[in-house]
Amino acid sequence: MKYSIFSLARAALSGHKNWQRTWRDATPKDRYDVVIIGGGGHGLATAWFLASEYGIRNVAVLEKGWIGSGNAGRNTTIIRSNYGLPGNTGFYELSMKLWERMEQDLNYNAMVSQRGVINLYHSDAQRDAYARRGNTMRINGIDAELLDLAAVKKMMPFLNFDNARFPVQGGLLQRRGGTARHDAVVWGYAHAASELGVDIIQNCEVTGFVRDANGKVSGVETSRGRIGAGKVGMAVAGSSSRVADMAGLRLPIESHVLQAFVSEAIKPLIPNVMTFGAGHFYVSQSDKGGLVFGGDIDGYNSYAQRGNLPVMEDVCEGGMALMPMIGRVRLLRQWGGIMDMSMDGSPIIDKTPVEGLYLNAGWCYGGFKATPGSGFVFAHLLARDTPHEEAARFRLDRFRTGAMIDEKGQGAQPNLH
Amino acid sequence: MRIVCPFCGERELGEFTYLGDAKPVRPAADAGEEAVYDYVYLRDNVAGVMSENWYHGGGCRAWLKVTRNTLTHEISAVEPAAGAGAAKVGA
Repeated sequence: MKYSIFSLARAALSGHKNWQRTWRDATPKDRYDVVIIGGGGHGLATAWFLASEYGIRNVAVLEKGWIGSGNAGRNTTIIRSNYGLPGNTGFYELSMKLWERMEQDLNYNAMVSQRGVINLYHSDAQRDAYARRGNTMRINGIDAELLDLAAVKKMMPFLNFDNARFPVQGGLLQRRGGTARHDAVVWGYAHAASELGVDIIQNCEVTGFVRDANGKVSGVETSRGRIGAGKVGMAVAGSSSRVADMAGLRLPIESHVLQAFVSEAIKPLIPNVMTFGAGHFYVSQSDKGGLVFGGDIDGYNSYAQRGNLPVMEDVCEGGMALMPMIGRVRLLRQWGGIMDMSMDGSPIIDKTPVEGLYLNAGWCYGGFKATPGSGFVFAHLLARDTPHEEAARFRLDRFRTGAMIDEKGQGAQPNLH
Repeated sequence: MRIVCPFCGERELGEFTYLGDAKPVRPAADAGEEAVYDYVYLRDNVAGVMSENWYHGGGCRAWLKVTRNTLTHEISAVEPAAGAGAAKVGA
């Protein structure tokens, strides 16, 4: 069905009892041209772009839980394209452009809100680094503005400007950045992909790969039986190592837990997405009024989807340093999601050494903003067997060749990226 | 998560720093590129019981070998890492 003011009015007049399902609840067929493992944002976006952009509609998305149960429901909903290194800059801008047309493309309200993302700086050295990043963005056609103290004071008068240790000096602003409604993103992709014939199969866990006589992957074993496939794409960030292990692959990835937090709802306070540059704290305010915030990953390998108190304390200290008045706001909820932390902090979108198996992984804690871009370039790789030009550097073998994309310059220590 | 340091007793997690899987062993100098690539970049990324290196920076500053379940965060053993200090607790 198509969503519009008329469908809303019709449904309202019949007491909202006649809405159709947002997507078909499909049962698996024997075989598909492409099977995508993982019904998160990236997997669903991949399926939609395969169907809409590359004309491949005999596609299944296999999800071990339900749509929205993984990291699609465990992020802080931030979208931005303020990256500095070749490989990342162009890719995240591709993704940002797709965010800007997503709702029209999908006929679904994803509540994309370009309210701006500002990274505050607190020292001369940090200002120089941000100026450089802003210049890199502008050279690549991405909007960036370096704000001085007066401009930041005007935009966010509620910040603590008397912090002697970490004085706010200004910020790097990307006005096109912002937030999107995380659930609506996966629901929207599921809706639009399903309309084009993609089968979305929930509660279907992949338990192994089927290989032909030459070793090529020809399907998957699942909790709902064997499903044949021309090609198989993995988009299971958080569990990439576990799924790759079924195909005999070891990856340059560690799984870590990242926590996020929501406060009780308060009146409109924070007009944008902002980050504290002297620690690791980022915050925005949801349309319901809650402050949505987060910081560092916990720092130890984990598949537990829950974190510990030291990071919670560290995150809240960052918030207090920036806005002491939030000390009286109560924390409402807290959760943890499992991140694919790669060895250089950048993602991997590539073929694997196993023929027929394609990898989309290593998103660290930046996967949400990449959702449409990741789907677009992964669909390109699956359809054409060559990488999309904006994702050509996200190679699996870059750790062997040395062509790393290390934004933070931390080296092969995944818990520091 | 709290870690029972063999030198200091039970301490809160904030005193400790994580290095990672204790299994990879630095290859010999002449082991070749492939061995170094494997050591530096590839991980088993264990889902289950894993042996790990932790550093007690907020306490005795000793390196510890911690056996922990990555699915539940349950810690089943903490031992001093090989090297200085281990002899003091008879390890």
